Amino acid sequence: MDIEAGEFFCLLGTSGCGKTTVLNMLAGFEQPTQGRIEIDGHLVEGPGADRGVVFQGDDSLYEWLTARENIEFGLRMRGLKRSVRRERARHYLRLVGLEGQDNKHPSELSGGMKQRIQIARVLANEPQMLLMDEPFAALDAQTRLTMQAELLKIQASTHKSVLFITHDIDEAVTLADRIGVMHAGPVSRIKQIVEVDLGTEERERTNDRFLAIYKTVHAMIREEVGLALSRQDQAAR
Amino acid sequence: MSRVTPLHRDDEQSVPSARWRNLLSIAHGYGGYAIGFASLFLIWHIAAVHVVNSALFPPPGQVLRKAGELIWSGVLIEHIAVSLRRIMIGFSLGSLAGIPIGLAMGSFPAIRKVLEPYTEFFRFIPAVAMITVAVIWFGIGEESKIFLIIYTTIFIVILNTAAGVSAIAKNKIRAARSLGAAPFQVFRYVALPATVPYILTGMRLAMANSFVTIVAAELVAANQGLGKMLWDSRLYMLVDDIFVALVSLGLLGFVIDRLFRWAIFRFAGRYSPVA
Repeated sequence: MDIEAGEFFCLLGTSGCGKTTVLNMLAGFEQPTQGRIEIDGHLVEGPGADRGVVFQGDDSLYEWLTARENIEFGLRMRGLKRSVRRERARHYLRLVGLEGQDNKHPSELSGGMKQRIQIARVLANEPQMLLMDEPFAALDAQTRLTMQAELLKIQASTHKSVLFITHDIDEAVTLADRIGVMHAGPVSRIKQIVEVDLGTEERERTNDRFLAIYKTVHAMIREEVGLALSRQDQAAR
Repeated sequence: MSRVTPLHRDDEQSVPSARWRNLLSIAHGYGGYAIGFASLFLIWHIAAVHVVNSALFPPPGQVLRKAGELIWSGVLIEHIAVSLRRIMIGFSLGSLAGIPIGLAMGSFPAIRKVLEPYTEFFRFIPAVAMITVAVIWFGIGEESKIFLIIYTTIFIVILNTAAGVSAIAKNKIRAARSLGAAPFQVFRYVALPATVPYILTGMRLAMANSFVTIVAAELVAANQGLGKMLWDSRLYMLVDDIFVALVSLGLLGFVIDRLFRWAIFRFAGRYSPVA
């Protein structure tokens, strides 16, 4: 599996198929038992500021810091000057639509806002690549749609490579340049890569080409779920 | 139409200004306490005057007058100061030693395995039981009291601190690492602040223990302090003095505990895992 620079790649699969493990290995949180992971020809050996991670839940935010301080965290760790940090935090707060929420603590913000802080925190650190592990899965349907649109806008303006993990076909087709559909366990492999060559205005649930891709991916997932279920049946017998 | 006007007025009344709401919430917070304490003293008064009616159970007014006398003569302040000083020294030393040990135990499984037998063993030997050896080793002066307060403080602070470190969400550490934090920075800027509410809770529990321990120690062997005051008053049948000492203990404990709760809320807000 390869991800190109500036590409939005979605890894799609049923639960338990190993999507998150792939992301954890790319982030450097876990080591692969076989094979290797390289970025720009360099072997990934541990976590690093070149890969920003957005987690599914909000437990990665620092609740004793304000929204702005959370966003400044990586810059502070890397010893950037206070004035530079302020400036950049302000820029990314605006980019994710959280102007005026600078001094609120995460506990005072909604789920969608907390995910925006996570995204801003990662972007402010200016990584080469964003690793997003079902970042919108815990949000309500309306907020999720807004966040998807925002993310596309942000990616269009920052040109980051994105690896986005999801189990939601709709979300994958809406966001991705390419979708890697995964086999449903027990061996984690990519079943097939689907190109999503849709323009911005075609990424609509009512668009015919959108629906065609959705149906293709849906059929693959259905097949995988079916195989997984029959395997379980056999094991039970 | 006639119903529209009153409804409208109702609406205005149900949305008081922010200042009003602030005052209300303060009154709500402190008013509750005032009523609670007033009822406590009222029930005490009724019980002492109308139910028991004995010289052995003085009513609050009488105790308050006695307290006034003892404060005026400096005796009560002296006893309180001696007990508080012992608590503060022992409690500070115990916490100062307990916090780093707890942090180390929570961070490194090897250290935890080595030290756990100590915490698990001494945890079940109450400080009150240690009074005997403390007096034999250190005499009836300050040293034995401070030793006992350290003893009663340190294990509970260690256990809570270590529990706090192990309760940190893994994603907090992972996020810090991938934002470029070095291992030392992860400890200083993530693990430590995430543990503070647990440390404060451990200290709060240790403070309650300290009160129990200091009174017991001073009852058994001391020249001064609230425990000594209780013991002497019993000896000379000064029932009023006994009650003054008891009320002083209750009030002191209440005030100090409030300070801790305030500190925990200040730091961790209402989403603290423990407050």
